[in-house]
Amino acid sequence: MTNQQDSTKYSRRFFIKASSAFATLSLLPKTIKALYKDVKEALFVKKEIIPLSLRINKKEYTLNIDSRTTLLDLLRENLKLTGTKKGCDHGQCGACTVHLDEKRILSCLTLAATLVNKDVTTIEGLANDGSLHPMQEAFLEHDGYQCGYCTSGQIMSAVACVNEGRTTSTEEIKEFMSGNICRCGAYNGITNAIKSVAK
Amino acid sequence: MKPFRYHSPKTVTSAFQIEEEESQYIAGGTNLVDLMKKQIQEPNAIIYVNEALFATIELKKKGVQINAMATNSDVAENNNIKKDYPLIAQAILAGASPQIRNMATTGGNLLQRTRCPYFYDTSLPCNKRKPNSGCGALNGHQRMAGIIGNSTSCVAVHPSDFCVALIALDAKVNITKKDGSQDTIDFKDFHRLPEDQPQKDTNLPEQALITSIFIPRNNFKNNVAYVKIRERDSYAFALVSTAAALELKNGKIKKVRLASGGVAHKPWRWKTSENFLKGRQANRKNFEEAARLAAAETKPLQHNTFKVALLEGAITEALLQSLSNSSKI
Repeated sequence: MTNQQDSTKYSRRFFIKASSAFATLSLLPKTIKALYKDVKEALFVKKEIIPLSLRINKKEYTLNIDSRTTLLDLLRENLKLTGTKKGCDHGQCGACTVHLDEKRILSCLTLAATLVNKDVTTIEGLANDGSLHPMQEAFLEHDGYQCGYCTSGQIMSAVACVNEGRTTSTEEIKEFMSGNICRCGAYNGITNAIKSVAK
Repeated sequence: MKPFRYHSPKTVTSAFQIEEEESQYIAGGTNLVDLMKKQIQEPNAIIYVNEALFATIELKKKGVQINAMATNSDVAENNNIKKDYPLIAQAILAGASPQIRNMATTGGNLLQRTRCPYFYDTSLPCNKRKPNSGCGALNGHQRMAGIIGNSTSCVAVHPSDFCVALIALDAKVNITKKDGSQDTIDFKDFHRLPEDQPQKDTNLPEQALITSIFIPRNNFKNNVAYVKIRERDSYAFALVSTAAALELKNGKIKKVRLASGGVAHKPWRWKTSENFLKGRQANRKNFEEAARLAAAETKPLQHNTFKVALLEGAITEALLQSLSNSSKI
């Protein structure tokens, strides 16, 4: 009897408290009321919830999401796939790079709502049955990182860079990896790792 | 980000049937999602048009049609574009990063907003973001500001590289209006100067959709170059860029196109320089004179006169590079 349970939530005491609070509010000057409205709107934003079905790392997901959710926030906050990192959150650093239908994209600038029935691959989906992807091995081998924060984005981008065939020279690798910033400056290691896989 | 209703129409007709106040079309989202995060644009509804429009690149008798949802990568990696319109591929590959080029669409590229720092900072005045709030850049930081076509209300520049190549090649923009009728806008008339309405970037009618871009066939493919000068070697917006295309006959210039980015509120064609070069020998002396003629037309601001020198260099360099080859894609 859900109705009864609901009615106990809103007891007579609650009703008296609430109505006296509203009565007090109605006596307040207009500016304070406007402030209250602003605060209320800020605290209780009316979200638009939409359904979404997609595949992430070959696993099907059917979810209800806030229309504002970016793919990056969907991965990290909703699905706890925290391998994908939030760097700048404005499309300037590449830390959030993932693959969408096998092409590298920025998850921070992608609205999750636009991904109906799409295929997403994140760093968690790169390893195969517990054995690392050759690019992951190469980053270990060639010291392609220092702090490691940009690494998952670098590796996702590097895998795509090799698939795109943009590895014919050091200059070409650098140009086609320029969307991934490494603040520690591990670029030489990253470039060497990519070269070793591209061979 | 402000909450918004989300629509994903499957046809242009159904896109136009959506009744929403303050709605915004979205395609690749590389610019709009960022603007929404920064609360610079706050639509009540988002209409995702990727499924309503086409993404193919079609060879036609008189040119090539790039449909609006073709991504920057689709265009730059297309064999027909690389072979017959290499200037387009070069310009696209000079912009953004591979990730962004995989997302950003052709239609969206035309409609991206300026990267003027005053437009991006909501605590500062900007007539483009908030009409009648003033122009912070007019007496402020002018490194990214224009040197030609500025007004007293706005000195912002259009940030696209792709559009510089499109205006150089006399492209046309095919649109569908809200009433369902179709129209074509010459690329040179698509973007506008700020004048006293900098909030308007383009002459695209309200709620109209760009459906495709058409580039007429040309004989420039062997002699084109795109030169981009920026703060770092890659993944930065242009301080000044120049697209050059030549059609040569016996060492003389039969046809020439010169356009620049990073200099004005719209991609800019240098007609005086083109007229000067036409019929002349293709050599450094004439190229330098063409660059001087372009520079003479500029009206830089107090703090960006250095961009005039960059422009002269970019024009000369682009013309020289266009002589040597066009295979640098």
